Amino acid sequence: MKNIVDARGLSCPQPVLMVMDAFKKIEKGEILVMTDTQASKENVSRAAESKGWTVKSVQEQNQEFHLKLTRS
Amino acid sequence: MKNFFATRWGIIGTGAFIGVLAALLQKLGNPGNMGICVACFERDISGAVGLHRADVVQYMRPEIIGFVFGSLAAALMFKEFRARGGSAPIVRFVLGVFAMIGALVFLGCPWRAMLRLSGGDFNAIGGILGLVSGIWIGTLFFKKGYNLGRTSTSHAGSGFLLPLIMLGFLILMLIFPQVKDQAKSGILFYSVKGPGAGHSPLFLSLAIGILIGFAAQRSRFCTMGAFRDLILFKQTHLFMGVLSLMAAALAANLILGQFKPGFEGQPVAHTQFIWNFAGMAVAGLAFALAGGCPGRQLFMAGEGDGDAAIFVLGMIVGAGFSHNFGLASSPKGIGPYGMAAVIIGLMVCLFIGFFMRKGETQ
Repeated sequence: MKNIVDARGLSCPQPVLMVMDAFKKIEKGEILVMTDTQASKENVSRAAESKGWTVKSVQEQNQEFHLKLTRS
Repeated sequence: MKNFFATRWGIIGTGAFIGVLAALLQKLGNPGNMGICVACFERDISGAVGLHRADVVQYMRPEIIGFVFGSLAAALMFKEFRARGGSAPIVRFVLGVFAMIGALVFLGCPWRAMLRLSGGDFNAIGGILGLVSGIWIGTLFFKKGYNLGRTSTSHAGSGFLLPLIMLGFLILMLIFPQVKDQAKSGILFYSVKGPGAGHSPLFLSLAIGILIGFAAQRSRFCTMGAFRDLILFKQTHLFMGVLSLMAAALAANLILGQFKPGFEGQPVAHTQFIWNFAGMAVAGLAFALAGGCPGRQLFMAGEGDGDAAIFVLGMIVGAGFSHNFGLASSPKGIGPYGMAAVIIGLMVCLFIGFFMRKGETQ
């Protein structure tokens, strides 16, 4: 996957700002967002949904969250 | 498992919960329009351990201890506890110092600004406008790439240090309990008059603090984030929590007979609009740059965030400077060096905002 937002270790609002930047670059498709706090996971999901993106899946591994955002 | 607290009703419920409990704490003995004030209470803790000797504001506030314990419990229970840190700690310390200095020019943290307004103190409007302005300046820095850098995971023990410091404070309070009409008990200082002398019973304060800490950790309640997200993303999620806090506190104050509208003679407040505004603008900018209001910093510290813990310690030390140097306001007005402190605080925060950016690391 080409579109990756690595927001690990960053706290709000950075992860959401980075995802918003990614939304500006590509209008549709798939973005993988990596975060490492529940709060960032929730904030990114909320922001994505408000911009018409769908949180397709959330994978949790080693206290990291990988969110797959899609928009068609 | 879905986190109910992270939903819209979750944040509204948490705000209302805090609003009602704050009004109740005031009824139980906490100072006027100060059912909860994170800045004032950390300032009182600073006085209790003698970092400043303003004799009217010395008390080891159990609410603050409870906030950290409640958040720690929630984080452990829901497997969110993670010791982390290393994101520009010295910057966070300095931001904590000036956040406190600014807040004490206004006389309150953002929570108390809301509670003051809900109690009818219209001077709080200046503070809230200042808070929003400070946060707005912060969002301009965010848009320009302001960033304190990534945290990294640390040894679990480091995440427990602030909760352990709070436990130590609680133990000190039990070993050296308040003695009526005495300004000192063992090594701890207590106020015999002034706001520091007003407090609800220790274990009630602690229990309510723990409940709020738990709910706030789950819901990510943050008064700075509320305005920041509204300005930056037009997102109302956290803002609903703040509105709910004010509405609930107003309703509770009306029922408890604590609503007294006006500008003059408000408890622990002064009427200098411009300095209410400016003090809180500095504080708001410092909170924005540090990523959380003082309450949220305590809750993050409870989750194991060492950077938030350093911000908290910065605030406690900042309270020492505030009172030792005559920077803090009193009901008579701003302190002799309050104006200078606000100007220096603004310059320091702007410096941090301008220079902590991507590409400025070398």
